[in-house]
Amino acid sequence: MIRIKCPFCGERDHSEFTYGGDASIVYPALDASAEEWHDAVFLRENIRGMQSETWHHVNGCRMWLVVQRDTVTHEIRSVRPAHEATAKLFAASEEEVA
Amino acid sequence: MSAKRLSEGGRIDRSKRIRFQWDGRAMSGHPGDTVASALLASNEKVLGRSFKYHRPRGIMSCGVEESGAIITVGEGAKRDPNVKATMQELYDGLVASGQNAWPNVRTDVGSVNSLISQFLSAGFYYKTFMGLPPFETGKGTGIWMWYEKFIRKAAGMGRASREPDPDQYEHGHLFCDVLVVGSGPAGMSAALAAAEYGLDVILVEQDNELGGDLLGQKGSDIELRRTELVGALENAGVRIMTRTTAFGLYDYGTAGLLENVTDHLASPDPHLPRHRFWTLRARRTILATGGIERQIAFDNNDRPGIMNASAGRIYLNRYGVLAGEQVVVATNNDSAYRCAMDLSDAGAEVTLLDARAKIPGRLLELIGDRGITLMTNSAPLSAKGLNGVNSLEIAGGKAGGWRSKGKEVCDLLLVSGGWSPVVNLISHRGVRPVWNAENCCFIANEPHEGICMAGTAAGIWNTADCEDSGTAAGEAAAKALGKATGSGGASTSMPAVGGWDMPIKPLYEVRIDGRKSKALVDPQHDVTTEDIRLAHREGYVSVEHLKRYTTLGMSTDGGKMGNIIGLALMAEALGKEIPEVGTTTFRPPYTPVSIGALRGRSVDEHFRPLRRTPMHDWNLAHGATMTMAGLWHRPWYFARQGETITEAYIRETETTRKTVGLCDVTSLGKIAIQGPDATEFLNRIYTNPFAKLPIGKARYGIMLRDDGFVMDDGTTWRLSETDYFMTTTTAHAGKVMVWLEELLQTRWADLRVHVTSVSEQWAGCAVAGPESRTVLKNCVNDPSVMEDSAFPFMGVIETSLKGDIPCRIARISFSGEMAYEAYVPSDYAHALMEMLHPEAVAVDGCLYGLEALGALRIEKGHVTGAELDGRVTIEDAGLGKMASQNKSYIGSALRRRPDMTREDRPKLVGIFPVNRSEKFNAGTILCKKGEVSGLGEGWITGVTHSPALGHWIGIGFISGGHEAWSGKTATAADPVRSKEVQVEIVSPHMYDPSGERMYG
Repeated sequence: MIRIKCPFCGERDHSEFTYGGDASIVYPALDASAEEWHDAVFLRENIRGMQSETWHHVNGCRMWLVVQRDTVTHEIRSVRPAHEATAKLFAASEEEVA
Repeated sequence: MSAKRLSEGGRIDRSKRIRFQWDGRAMSGHPGDTVASALLASNEKVLGRSFKYHRPRGIMSCGVEESGAIITVGEGAKRDPNVKATMQELYDGLVASGQNAWPNVRTDVGSVNSLISQFLSAGFYYKTFMGLPPFETGKGTGIWMWYEKFIRKAAGMGRASREPDPDQYEHGHLFCDVLVVGSGPAGMSAALAAAEYGLDVILVEQDNELGGDLLGQKGSDIELRRTELVGALENAGVRIMTRTTAFGLYDYGTAGLLENVTDHLASPDPHLPRHRFWTLRARRTILATGGIERQIAFDNNDRPGIMNASAGRIYLNRYGVLAGEQVVVATNNDSAYRCAMDLSDAGAEVTLLDARAKIPGRLLELIGDRGITLMTNSAPLSAKGLNGVNSLEIAGGKAGGWRSKGKEVCDLLLVSGGWSPVVNLISHRGVRPVWNAENCCFIANEPHEGICMAGTAAGIWNTADCEDSGTAAGEAAAKALGKATGSGGASTSMPAVGGWDMPIKPLYEVRIDGRKSKALVDPQHDVTTEDIRLAHREGYVSVEHLKRYTTLGMSTDGGKMGNIIGLALMAEALGKEIPEVGTTTFRPPYTPVSIGALRGRSVDEHFRPLRRTPMHDWNLAHGATMTMAGLWHRPWYFARQGETITEAYIRETETTRKTVGLCDVTSLGKIAIQGPDATEFLNRIYTNPFAKLPIGKARYGIMLRDDGFVMDDGTTWRLSETDYFMTTTTAHAGKVMVWLEELLQTRWADLRVHVTSVSEQWAGCAVAGPESRTVLKNCVNDPSVMEDSAFPFMGVIETSLKGDIPCRIARISFSGEMAYEAYVPSDYAHALMEMLHPEAVAVDGCLYGLEALGALRIEKGHVTGAELDGRVTIEDAGLGKMASQNKSYIGSALRRRPDMTREDRPKLVGIFPVNRSEKFNAGTILCKKGEVSGLGEGWITGVTHSPALGHWIGIGFISGGHEAWSGKTATAADPVRSKEVQVEIVSPHMYDPSGERMYG
């Protein structure tokens, strides 16, 4: 059972979340070519080690999160909100605490 | 008589008698007994039959590693096979029986198998049924399938009940600072040390009492120490869970626990679950799981009357049973000396064989002048006696091997081949145990993921050292959790591995070259030493392959009894050392977990959650028969007196087309989309333009996935500049919500849009048919809002019903009639129906359910989740004109891939039977006429009787669509029901194709 520290809810069982996918994918503009879209939708690295991935706290706060997880050990290095502006707010408040 | 109950001693209550049945015979025991100890006290020798050879088996141990006394407990629906008699506590009225035997375990016809045992060696089935040499007749899948029927019948241990499980099971969740598994000296000390630092500690013990090894030792000082520790644990606030097994360790300190709640009770409280399945999350874990004593392989080492040395001692000290009167104890290590002493003190005549040549003085002092015959450099060679050992041929060591050196009469043979620390749980975490040659065992003592080993589980043999190691582990956990800092804390150091007076002598098998022997390695699966050597001769070198070929360690004990011997023999055969051969991976569960415990309460109607609409009760009160739609309970049809379902839905369909029908549509997904960029957002996710949707209008929209296939459809209503109300299909409501959240949070963080699921907040009713406007007009506060000019097709109004019930209505149609969908806040659902229904009845309208809804939409060729199954493009669904050419949207790039735009793709069509009186089925495949084969040319997703057309019609997909099939006949083939119907392929718009009725 992976335990994920949701920035909004605290540490929870992974069964509260659903796995999204590779968080490093940058989706092209809607009017980009089919080739660009093909690469973004279908091409994936099969990473052994630390991977950046999205998780959805679907049975919790329903926020999408970016999780740095080791695919071998399941160690989670960091969790942040996927929404960039929100993530920045969190980073700022963490700095304040520090 | 040989085994007997002593008149005193042990932890049983002789003042009370417990009656139970064994194989149909009345037996008795005392509180504190297990089935095994009670049967042993009654001198029952044969309690089981082995898997392949049906060899007689008795009690071999007194714990979870038991591989002989495997029995069936309970009757009827409560019959539970493969219970270890050594773990089953006795209760009044318990019914137990032997298994894998006929007519019973004592006289078993199947034992003829042992006469042909040489043909049943490892890989027997593979070899035989791959073909019989020399011509390999009887080869191939067909013949294997034929053989398999008989093999399946002969295989398997015990029979599970075929009746539904009458017991209840529960799931629970636990959190703690420190989890300690095992309550021997090490576990209790560890729990105490951690608790004394104020930590929240849970101590888990599979036994019914705390104490572990202390329970099997003799002496009042031992019991005093045990009760002292138990008292201290209780005072320190340690949460103690007995009869609870930690069966698996998972990521992040998660442990799976199985608590046996009632299996030991004669008449449990019916409200109690039988088992509880706990998911425990601990910050630190200490494994004080002890060790399991090993056997030694020698000829007939599985005969009843041969057991682990420690078991003989525990039956004596804990259960007051002297298992034999003339006892041979055979060992290669120090631990069996205590056993020999205790049995001798209890009156047995004891001969002690030690495989080691020289015995240190301290051990000799221990046995003292008890009259124990000590034979050094000696080991068991061959046991005699079929249904109970009656003598032992003894082997004496000589250079490079063994020789026979005479016989010893005995009725009990206790063997200690060394100890294996229980490293199963730490192995679950991917840790590979390391071979410790000095102590002849695998250990895994490197701390890993906050898990630490203590006591015998860490390869520490002495009770005092075990206590110290527990204390050290408890203190280390406290330190890691920020307690026990400073000079005062964490002062105990971890004792070194080992602790015997004299090293163990590696000894796994005793045999004389050239002499035939039947020496069992894994007694449960009848894996012999010869099977291992055979596997080696046949080319198996990997221990993982060896395991699968011979099935070594794959029985219900999970290799606890025989794995190490198997490895040692494989290493010997390969000419390697044990660490080079390695060990197989232990996986959860450590001991069997009942299927019931896994499912918990998720069974029957609780198998999955149930969703009811707020008009559920109202629907039922008005005659609805319900059906499941996903998780939803929805009205299926509203039968009147004497009506069948077909009659009911045909009447509901006709009535709706003629006057008006009302249908609960609450289960549709509803999402509030709000914010300054809501319009832009909708324009990106829908294929059709939303940028210019006026306030007060609704639009039907299709959304695609990134890969260009259709995700869902629905209508979206514009309520204000920044406020939209989206409806989705019932099936895809959850998925669409997740998708919108993903887009807004991960891709388009710049869009100022909020999405909120309001499916539960709004109850909806479709009002469909020519009289729909009349009905609503009589319900709203201000009838003028319903005028055609004020409220045209695809219009949206927010208004109030009589009684000032807030309401939003859109003039949209799924039925093809002039129709509205009216939504009220859920609390008003009942009031809404109470208001609409009399008005509908007044114009001869009715209620309709899912079946009529299906008929109405199939007539119109409207798609649902059955059609939008994730393989369908927007063109396939016949909705290509809804794909904008003037904007980009999700899926617009990839929907034009060559294979997705092929002309011969299956496209949405209507289906008529050529002979209009014929009926056909949904799920049928569509083939070219007379060419019924393979996947065919298409498939049918929905079938209904069409009252409007007067015959059966269908909707589905077929290659090329209806244009490609015009003038041709197709065959609707239903091979399962052996039915074929000739059909015509028509446009999906089978009724009112121009939509005149809808515009009203």
